[in-house]
Amino acid sequence: MSARSLAAATRAGAPIFAALGDETRLRIVARLSDTGPLSIARLTEGEAMTRQAITKHLAVLAEAGLVRDMRSGRERLWALEPSPLDTARRYLDLVSQRWDGALARLAALVEVDDD
Amino acid sequence: MTTTDSIKKQIVLRATPARVWRALSNAREFGTWFGVDLRDDFVPGAAIQGKVVYQGKDVAFTFHIERMEPERLLAFRWHPFAVDPEIDYAREPTTLVELALAPAPEGTLLTVTESGFDQLPLARRAKAFEMNDGGWAAQMENIERHVRT
Repeated sequence: MSARSLAAATRAGAPIFAALGDETRLRIVARLSDTGPLSIARLTEGEAMTRQAITKHLAVLAEAGLVRDMRSGRERLWALEPSPLDTARRYLDLVSQRWDGALARLAALVEVDDD
Repeated sequence: MTTTDSIKKQIVLRATPARVWRALSNAREFGTWFGVDLRDDFVPGAAIQGKVVYQGKDVAFTFHIERMEPERLLAFRWHPFAVDPEIDYAREPTTLVELALAPAPEGTLLTVTESGFDQLPLARRAKAFEMNDGGWAAQMENIERHVRT
């Protein structure tokens, strides 16, 4: 690994290590891993902390790409994110698909008429 | 550059570089195929205001035109998938889109490179999957309608 790619990998990994460097957040990750998606109310159960505090911890985890929120009916649930690399790759697939669509439309536009 | 930082696409268009350049450099034509509603003409260095329709609402966004070399290159920066009205994307990094043209026997070879994705917050990238479901599909339908009529 070159110094440059090592630096990039470290930069990419730093928020993940920072996010997991806290007992409460580690516990949240472990619980979501055991049970699947949970609401904030459920995540606050058994913790000696307020809903607001748990929400803040979830925000740190989300910013690092470790968890994400999703809607289930009227409820907001928190779930573990697939690995950040996985997310990054899937995102690229999505962008790629979008370009495929755009380029097909571009072809349709420029190939129909004579210049 | 990592494998998740950029994408590259190539397509041969059966049209002259002059015709393809018009579709890239003319704001109205560009908007037709790219899926946006643009208000200003493309000028190097300009911030072009536009809008996309997302879940029935107009969402404003900005293209920053970096370079224009007629029949060769259009380069701009923007915030990809910036369709959540609750988020202020202005403070986030942009991606660089380069559309390069080259003459080909059949017409024009267009190479699209979009780079800088690794700088975008990962949470934002994860969120794009949600956005993609309704938003961009609806946007595609808008375009199809536009092209047919």
